[in-house]
Amino acid sequence: MLSLHIPTLSATLLKLSPSSNSRTKTQRRHAAHFTFQPDPVPTQYGPTQKMNLFQSVTSALDNTLASDPTAVIFGEDVAFGGVFRCTVGLRDKYGKDRVFNTPLCEQGIVGFGIGAAVAGATAIAEIQFADYIYPAFDQIVNEAAKYRYRSGNLFDCGNLTIRAPWGCVGHGSLYHSQSPEAFFAHCPGIKVVIPRSPVQAKGLLLACIADQNPCIFFEPKILYRAAVEQVPVEPYTIPLSQAEILQEGSDVTLVAWGTQIHVMREVANMAQEKLGVSCELIDLQTILPWDTETVCKSVVKTGRLLISHEAPITGGFAAEISSTVQEECFLNLEAPISRVCGYDTPFPHIFEPFYIPDKWKCFEAIKKMINY
Amino acid sequence: MKNMLTIISNALCRITGRNVGAQTVSEGTRAVVSRSFADFTSQATFDIKKCDVHRLEEGPPLKAELTREQGLRYYRIMQTVRRMELKADQLYKQKIIRGFCHLYDGQEACAVGIEAAINPSDHLITAYRAHGYTYTRGIAVKEILAELTGRRGGVAKGKGGSMHMYAPHFYGGNGIVGAQVPLGAGIALACQYQGNNQVCVALYGDGAANQGQLFESFNMAALWKLPCIFTCENNQYGMGTSVERASASTDYYKRGDFIPGIRVDGMDVLCVREAFKFAAEHCRSGKGPIVMELKTYRYHGHSMSDPGVSYRTREEIQEVRSKSDPITMLKERMLSNNMASVEEFKEIDIAIRKEVEEAAQYATSDPEPPLEELCNHIFSNDSPLEVRGTNPWARLKSVS
Repeated sequence: MLSLHIPTLSATLLKLSPSSNSRTKTQRRHAAHFTFQPDPVPTQYGPTQKMNLFQSVTSALDNTLASDPTAVIFGEDVAFGGVFRCTVGLRDKYGKDRVFNTPLCEQGIVGFGIGAAVAGATAIAEIQFADYIYPAFDQIVNEAAKYRYRSGNLFDCGNLTIRAPWGCVGHGSLYHSQSPEAFFAHCPGIKVVIPRSPVQAKGLLLACIADQNPCIFFEPKILYRAAVEQVPVEPYTIPLSQAEILQEGSDVTLVAWGTQIHVMREVANMAQEKLGVSCELIDLQTILPWDTETVCKSVVKTGRLLISHEAPITGGFAAEISSTVQEECFLNLEAPISRVCGYDTPFPHIFEPFYIPDKWKCFEAIKKMINY
Repeated sequence: MKNMLTIISNALCRITGRNVGAQTVSEGTRAVVSRSFADFTSQATFDIKKCDVHRLEEGPPLKAELTREQGLRYYRIMQTVRRMELKADQLYKQKIIRGFCHLYDGQEACAVGIEAAINPSDHLITAYRAHGYTYTRGIAVKEILAELTGRRGGVAKGKGGSMHMYAPHFYGGNGIVGAQVPLGAGIALACQYQGNNQVCVALYGDGAANQGQLFESFNMAALWKLPCIFTCENNQYGMGTSVERASASTDYYKRGDFIPGIRVDGMDVLCVREAFKFAAEHCRSGKGPIVMELKTYRYHGHSMSDPGVSYRTREEIQEVRSKSDPITMLKERMLSNNMASVEEFKEIDIAIRKEVEEAAQYATSDPEPPLEELCNHIFSNDSPLEVRGTNPWARLKSVS
């Protein structure tokens, strides 16, 4: 059994990588496992401004509060600007009855948000970390998701959007690094959206707010400052449930979302340079309901699929994609579908560099698929 | 052991009339030659603040007895916690400790007072500001620091970090705010069920006091008369939110509504001790749960990433430090009642400094846990379980 082969290989590769030679042992642990790659500047939405991820979220919220008089933002510590500075300046601009703090009670925050949404306000609730969303799980799954269905369309809480910082951050350990999208993907009635960059974040967040269904918007916290792009100042939306093909290719389809997209971009380059393999990279963006058509069409073309996410592999969202694709494209597959995900352990404290599905592990997976 | 030595030395002193006792009982290794300990008062009674009570006929006593030995012990433990937290601060700024680090300095009297009032066989559970309690519940400083730095010598083998430290009858160390309180009620149920006359102290903060699960726990504990001491460590700020901005009622000792409550001065170790003796007696006699509120203060910010001055003034912190510091208060009480000498305190300080320094050395040089530990102890399993890894062909063994 190759029990420790891959981790040792990746550790060795990590030590050999040129950028880490001169660093001390503790410093090497600080190196991020990805490099953010900005998209080309969008020209179709008007003038743009340099913003990072949290500023693009602020911009989206600013646009919403300006255009929608019923919009309110609430959550823990949002009044002074939020622990990740996503709501800086909004209270001063729009007043304390529109941007306000809640006490420390996630279940209360979401329940309150559902009520406000049902009554007609555009409610934007912030959960301070996605790891803390579980006290609100019952409210989201049993109340928000089923409101329209159980009332026969008489009531709905479509005006509700829940935002939460998501994903690994390098030092978050068990309770500041989780990616819970798989838990919510199992719940018909809500939408789950994860952006990869500032331009995507603003467009997708505005789309979630406008969407007539309760939405959960996970923001990759490691990108809050690291991701900088030219973002349009005016409001604009990016359609939900539409996956985006970032790079066309012919040999392997790569599917990821959030931070992992940037890892996969590097993997695609590595595959091209070292193996001559042309990869098609797809950003899923909306986890629920997900764009099966784009993914399946791509797999029909390439015959190989690699899905990658930070969440643990068992029951992770890659399992759902894998299952659907093998149903739809069975005869087109050249190799078994590969999933490169986190280990089936709680998100570790000291072991994080080994835990996350970095580019080396994904590259190995591509090699195996090509040589199948 | 110490008591016996005291008695023997006392007797020797009286017989021989010479200063023989000082060496055997002082904390340091040097003999205190200037004063014989026979000069010191061995016990004194102090007035302590009256506690506000809720649904109680009478509260804890207004006077506390302190023996010299107890006083030195409380001083030593509080000073160790203080120095350990400051060392953790230093190591964090050097990036040797990473992740999250919530420091306890300023609140030492709470941990030490509670431990003085309960037995080691009683149970305690708290939230993430847990380093102080880990120490008072019996874990050595070097194991705590090694856990912070994530090394194999750490109390949780390096896998838990700052928020997840445990000891016998100490259930951590919990990251999710408020989640530990229903756990505490459950532990109290086990005590009641087993009839072992033990109590459980379930601690939480002023921020957690607004979590729904607390009120569910209060109801269950009161209904079934569980021996649970719910304790709110009110340090005035829930991260950056002051209590007035978060809670409709800041009388946290009354939040139990139908459960009796006591508000205690959490900066005075004697006040805390007497209040918890009272509370433990209340629970052990079958009267049911009780809610305690310890009014205390933390000098550091919420965690190491919080400077701690954006929501409060430096003057406020300075004022608390100069007027109500728990360690200074105890020291002054003992000195003004001739219970110990300045030199003795200095010796204790030096010994603690050395201990913490050595612990930090250990914590920095100990190796990190081996990679095999990544997957161990996920489940309890007789034969090693295979854990799927990041690739379809990567499987690690999980031993438990």
